[in-house]
Amino acid sequence: MSFPWAKQYQPQNSLMKWVDERLPVPRLVYNAVGAGYPVPRNLNYFWNFGVLAGAALGIQIITGIVLAMHYAANGAIAFDSVEHIMRDVNAGWLLRYAHANGASMFFIVVYLHIFRGLYYGSYKAPREMVWLLGVVIFLLMMATAFMGYVLPWGQMSFWGAQVITGFFSAIPGVGETIRVWLLGGYAPDDAALNRFFSLHYLLPFVIAGVIILHIWALHIPGSNNPTGVEVKGEQDTVPFHPYYTAKDGFGLGIFLIVFAVLLFFYPNYLGHPDNYIPANPLSTPAHIVPEWYFWPFYAILRAFTVDFILPAKLWGVLAMFGSILLLFFLPWLDSSPVRSNNYRPKARIAFWVLVADVLILGYCGGSAADPVYVILSQICGAYYFAHFLIILPMISRSERPTPLPNSITEAVLAKHGGTSPAHTALTPAASS
Amino acid sequence: MASIDTAVPPGEDPAPYHEEVADPRRRDFINIAAVAFAGVGAGVVVLPLVNQMNPSADVLAQATTEIDLSKIAAGQAIKTSFRKQPLFVRNLTPAEIAAADAVPLSELRDPQSLEERTKGKKNWLITMGVCTHLGCVPLGAGEGENKGPFGGYFCPCHGSAYDTAARIRKGPAPTNLVVPDYAFSSDTTVTVG
Ligand code: HEM
Ligand code: FES
Repeated sequence: MSFPWAKQYQPQNSLMKWVDERLPVPRLVYNAVGAGYPVPRNLNYFWNFGVLAGAALGIQIITGIVLAMHYAANGAIAFDSVEHIMRDVNAGWLLRYAHANGASMFFIVVYLHIFRGLYYGSYKAPREMVWLLGVVIFLLMMATAFMGYVLPWGQMSFWGAQVITGFFSAIPGVGETIRVWLLGGYAPDDAALNRFFSLHYLLPFVIAGVIILHIWALHIPGSNNPTGVEVKGEQDTVPFHPYYTAKDGFGLGIFLIVFAVLLFFYPNYLGHPDNYIPANPLSTPAHIVPEWYFWPFYAILRAFTVDFILPAKLWGVLAMFGSILLLFFLPWLDSSPVRSNNYRPKARIAFWVLVADVLILGYCGGSAADPVYVILSQICGAYYFAHFLIILPMISRSERPTPLPNSITEAVLAKHGGTSPAHTALTPAASS
Repeated sequence: MASIDTAVPPGEDPAPYHEEVADPRRRDFINIAAVAFAGVGAGVVVLPLVNQMNPSADVLAQATTEIDLSKIAAGQAIKTSFRKQPLFVRNLTPAEIAAADAVPLSELRDPQSLEERTKGKKNWLITMGVCTHLGCVPLGAGEGENKGPFGGYFCPCHGSAYDTAARIRKGPAPTNLVVPDYAFSSDTTVTVG
């Protein structure tokens, strides 16, 4: 696929040879995640998060299919059916907690995966398509998680659905019609619950399909790496298997330990207690908050408090969607030819400020709408847009990057005290 | 158009090539007509798929509600439901009516007088209990609930405050609480919807 020195698939026995000649699936796997895919030799642990996101999707699909065997998407019994899963179904508590916390783990690894891409410039040519498909996956994930959270039909489920579908009523003229069309009623009810269940079941498989395109697009130029310097020759790469299957396997172990701690010791830590109260259309909880992974966006939504040409509510909705859609334009907003922030002193500072900015937005989004937090959200929300639309484009024109290594191999060897292939990192003399 | 088709190979008599070439050709016409026909057909098939998402007949059938006003004393309000959404019915006191009338319309975000928001009987304020910001149920209809700084309703979600005519006065909501379609069927009952 990618590099001329990639190893070719050799069937080990006559059965595999027979299969390979008729349907070359073994070859496809070998070239995608086997020894046939040459990968830069210097990837660090931040490159684990793609595989971890895939694992998280797998966990969601498996636990989700099993939950769907016991769940009933009907407003009258949905809440009880989830309690039935928790109390009566064998190991039901485990499956439901795994699915609910699995969603959080999924978002944790995907956020790290996205910030990895931001830091190392993985969104730049020739990997723009990989990035664009990634943003599509992120949008699909958000839709899936939102609709999943509605299914247990607790107070937060109901009011979350009410508030989120309420966004659409901000559209001038046709907004209310669209909202009623989406819900199939005037307020969230059976019709909405059923269609959300149908789509919640469907979208993860759509995500799986887009992931295939994402990896296909990735395998054309091959993976980026911490130096951001392209692969120059065979000495810069190692085969995916066994090198990165081992490294990803180790990362997966850590991921599963963290997941298990969350699942077995703090299963409700990331949830909201109000969702254990059955949905009540006549009483709003005092403080509606979405799940933690939506907090930064929720903060941007609430940051608009005054009408300016358009109503404040419409601004909030536009800004919230805009903050994600902006990412589609990133490959063209950052025009610096240097990918990795390791060699971009100013962009690196801007990156860490952005990380802090998003964390503060998240904190504000999870808090009650106090004036202090609203003002903080306004400042941080404005900075978020400024980062992508002003600061980064300006830095990429003015900054002087530090010298790049000539090749990945040179960078690896320099780190271990040698600069020529004669003193490789593997010989004891070089590391002393 | 059709330049490739009309090109004559070098050294050949152009006559047979030019004979049948009209622009657009018969084949282009059939092609466009067939694709257009299939396109319209596909478009029509999408309609029921889109329309099934709209409220179904049973949901629409819940679309009217009868309310008995005789038990609501002046200064009191009740919360019932209309189309599965909360509905506020409030019997305003003369002081509340006066407070609503005293506000100049130019001061309002969504200018409407109490007169326009009621149907002949100014003391009966009937509105949806759905905040026009993002749809929470405002407080103020229940006994002892916070009525907010303007004495009407107060939405706890993002702090929208409504006055005694349920008009938006402060906070992020863009418009007044919605007045549904209703009519007095007798002096003490109304039919909403
Ligand atoms: C992208 C992958 C997925 C994500 C991010 C996701 C997320 C969620 C979330 C956040 C909930 C609410 C959990 C709670 O608070 O109880 C949920 C519930 C649910 N999900 Fe998923 N899900 C995914 C995939 C699936 C799949 C593939 C299925 C079925 C085939 C499924 C079936 C269900 C069911 C039946 C519920 C309701 C039971 C419950 O509340 O635990 N999910 N999902
Ligand atoms: S929903 Fe009422 S103020 Fe936001």
